[in-house]
Amino acid sequence: MTARIVMLHGAVILALFLLQFVASDYAVLTITRIMVLAIYALGYNILFGYAGLLSLGHAMFFATGLYAAALGVTRLGMAVPEAFLFALACGVIVSFVIGLIALRANGVAFMIVTLMFSQAAFLTVLYFGDITRGDEGIVIKDSERAFSAFGTAVNLADPVLRYNIALAFLAVAIALCLVVVRSKIGHVLVAIRENENRTAMLGYDVKLYKLIAFVLSGAFAAFSGAVYALLFAYAGATLASIQYSINPLLWTLLGGAATVLGPVLGTALMFLLVDFASGFTSASLLFVGMVLILLVLFFPKGILGTLRQRWWRWLP
Amino acid sequence: MTVLLETHGLSKNFGGLKAVSDVNFRVEKGEVRAVIGPNGAGKTTFVSLISGRIAPSAGTILFEGADVTALPAFRRVQKGIAYTFQITSIYANLSVAENVALAAHRPGGTASLEPLERVGLADRASQVAGTLAYGHQRLLEVAMGLALKPKLLILDEPTQGLSDAEIDNFIGLVRGVAQDATVLLIEHNMPLVMELAHRITVLDRGAILAEGTPEDIRANPAVQAAYLGTG
Repeated sequence: MTARIVMLHGAVILALFLLQFVASDYAVLTITRIMVLAIYALGYNILFGYAGLLSLGHAMFFATGLYAAALGVTRLGMAVPEAFLFALACGVIVSFVIGLIALRANGVAFMIVTLMFSQAAFLTVLYFGDITRGDEGIVIKDSERAFSAFGTAVNLADPVLRYNIALAFLAVAIALCLVVVRSKIGHVLVAIRENENRTAMLGYDVKLYKLIAFVLSGAFAAFSGAVYALLFAYAGATLASIQYSINPLLWTLLGGAATVLGPVLGTALMFLLVDFASGFTSASLLFVGMVLILLVLFFPKGILGTLRQRWWRWLP
Repeated sequence: MTVLLETHGLSKNFGGLKAVSDVNFRVEKGEVRAVIGPNGAGKTTFVSLISGRIAPSAGTILFEGADVTALPAFRRVQKGIAYTFQITSIYANLSVAENVALAAHRPGGTASLEPLERVGLADRASQVAGTLAYGHQRLLEVAMGLALKPKLLILDEPTQGLSDAEIDNFIGLVRGVAQDATVLLIEHNMPLVMELAHRITVLDRGAILAEGTPEDIRANPAVQAAYLGTG
């Protein structure tokens, strides 16, 4: 059973690796973007899918990583690997502090609190426009993100290299998610989602487990933001807006909440759908809305969630 | 006999309502203690205070001699105070085995099925808990309490909604549990209480009205008045 799980996830990563040899230049760029954002969705799913906590404010953690990395290389003179670690550390700290406060609330109140924090963060980005460059955004020069690893110069502007870096990070993220959800933590998070009172009365520190889930998802979001900034050489305020808090929720719902691969599939499908729709209409969100209605009607558990319910009971 | 649980001056006010007022209570190790009382007497509030689900307005709670008044509920569970809910509270979407595994703190792993055997649900381990019959869900709730290996097992109206046959089965179960744990039983079913309890505490309007053996309680005029409204 475990072998089957490893094989499935390994096959997905292998398929993504092989895809770069047949995909067009444009497709390579799109898939790179999907893989980077899928890391964001994977983390979001730990909190939303497994722990059952719906945050409407994860753009603040994505933006934390985005700006920590962008400002790290442009203003603080960091090399790219340092900027990744710096962004990850910032994400952990910010999500820990926000989590301590926001997790005092439950249900709808939790959604509102996270939303408010995120909006405050978004406005902060705009307010400090002379540092963040606001809507216009920070453009990272190629010289600022050039570094050498193992004695060879790395050029992040190279699309194929970029693709494989994104893939490597995605593979690590998927593996981490698998480990987490199959560990004691993952099972306790599901227990909290299913019946929080009961879980506390079985002697589990529910607040601690929720905070762990919150910080994990915040760290994934910040790392994804950092990868986004450094691979695409850009950090703008749009990426801190509410749309980027809603996106991981939609991706997770579409692919299947509480399945490890669901968020990856959801991110890809939503991207391709918007891409396809914007080919002949400027109202591509109309398609997104229609897909969501169909989803709620026919696949309330998302694509992989429904597949698991019907056939693949073993799917993690 | 050593004292397992003690409360001193335990009180809980909800606004102007004194749900529990100034209760001094002690349970010895190994006994089966029943807490009875008319509806609204404060029984569930009282055990909620002991289990830590609500905080007292005044008073202290000692468990094995240590003050646990300030401890959150989950820490008290870790210390050995298990609570089974009055309204069935299981993981309806998870398997019966996973319910017990969570209680045994081996989630996702292979927990012992012994608690399920004791309540007679071992053959239903792989069934989804929510699809069990109501009586079986109550038994699963008890099995989860057992899997915690508690020192004090609080059963809050465990036989509510069970059939007579199920209640007979339940009496045997509680006798078995009492071999290695102390049981605090909140119950309305008088024949059951009289049969199981070593001692009975009667609560009325948040205060202890009487305490003693089943025979004492049966003969107590104040208890009869509280229940029957005479006098």
